[in-house]
Amino acid sequence: MNYLFEILGPLLEGTAVTLQVFLLTLLLAVPFGLALALLRVSHFRLASGVVSGYIWLMRGTPLMLQMLFIYFALPFVPVIGVRLPDFPAAIVAFVLNYAAYFAEIFRAGIQSIERGQYEAAKVLGLTYGQTMRRIVLPQVIKRILPPMSNETITLVKDTSLIYVLAMNDLLRAARGIVQRDFTTMPFVVAAAFYLIMTLVLTWGFNYLERRHAVYDP
Amino acid sequence: MIAARDLRKRFGAVEVLKGVSLAIGKGDVVAVIGPSGSGKSTFLRCLNHLEVIDAGQVEIEGETLATTDAAGVCRYAPDADLRRICRKMGMVFQQFNLFPHLTVLQNIIEAPITVKGLTRAAILPQAEELLRKVGLLDKRDSYPARLSGGQKQRVAIARALAMEPDIMLFDEPTSALDPELTGEVLRSMRQLAEERMTMLVVTHEMAFAREVSSRVVFMDDGEIVEERPAGEMFARPEHPRTRAFLEHML
Repeated sequence: MNYLFEILGPLLEGTAVTLQVFLLTLLLAVPFGLALALLRVSHFRLASGVVSGYIWLMRGTPLMLQMLFIYFALPFVPVIGVRLPDFPAAIVAFVLNYAAYFAEIFRAGIQSIERGQYEAAKVLGLTYGQTMRRIVLPQVIKRILPPMSNETITLVKDTSLIYVLAMNDLLRAARGIVQRDFTTMPFVVAAAFYLIMTLVLTWGFNYLERRHAVYDP
Repeated sequence: MIAARDLRKRFGAVEVLKGVSLAIGKGDVVAVIGPSGSGKSTFLRCLNHLEVIDAGQVEIEGETLATTDAAGVCRYAPDADLRRICRKMGMVFQQFNLFPHLTVLQNIIEAPITVKGLTRAAILPQAEELLRKVGLLDKRDSYPARLSGGQKQRVAIARALAMEPDIMLFDEPTSALDPELTGEVLRSMRQLAEERMTMLVVTHEMAFAREVSSRVVFMDDGEIVEERPAGEMFARPEHPRTRAFLEHML
């Protein structure tokens, strides 16, 4: 029991790092992904094409590779080359990567809204922007909650990839103790922590789904 | 109020409108009838820019929505003008197209608030009056999914009227309804006609065309075949195609 309390400290510190990466990514990648999706469905062929290419690149290469690239290789790229400390480098990689996945979820949601909704808004005099903001996106949110919940839960666990930048997230903290003390107990505790985070997210999304169900038949 | 001249429209290889001209005056109630695929819905949708015409001219209350020059190039008014001109026309769809995430009342006040910039307090009395008129004041806080088809369509009518249009376009407003529900929608439309609203109604309801409209237009195969006062049209259709259609329908 005492041992449990002893290892709880470092594991909680690791959890704090995990949560920071998770929350910052979510906070930045959702609006960025929405912007990408709006460009992707827009009639600007060039913008739509560029976004398609971007999504292909981000989904087509491993997140870990992207993180390593931003941390180790970006400083040597001419013109845009900057050296980022480990935490910002991780956040940038996660946001760029997750925004691509979120964009596709948003796009699916936007394209699932019937044409009649756009037409009704148009004959009432709403502009395209007003139609998106007031009519389409509020309905999209409801439809994309299940896939968003999926992706968000994946993000919690993907945060463990930041160990490649030698950052002490929950999993790396646990592994450190395992290697030091020759016990697998920290793994069990870490798993419990991940499960708790996932449970909270599941509850949160269930709540949102219930709230958006008011207009169901 | 509406002057359409020589409207032409094709979808791919199919020519849907082969030069349709129609003039509608203030207070006219015009019914457009004809077989499926005759282009009547497309014609209606060309008047408020839901479809883009290939050639021809559309004028709404003396303002040019679209015009075609001598070289055959069709041009629309600039975006802001286009929206302003189209706002003179309210529209009711076959599939209602209510906003499912908004309550009945919110459906009605959405455009006056967002487009006209009115406050909720300013539009509320009028919205409630419209709901009373279509007999749905008690449903003001219901979501569309809880309404019957007839109730949805009456909300759609109230929603269009809330923008105070000068002209109302109806695109087969009762075609998606069970027969026993069409009556309540037609009653609301008849009431509107009695208030001298200018109306253009694409419909399969011959009784409505005969009893409510002042003029009936028969379209077939992308053209207006015959256009006459309602009484004459049903009593003595001139064109054989009109006769065949009416015999089939009545």
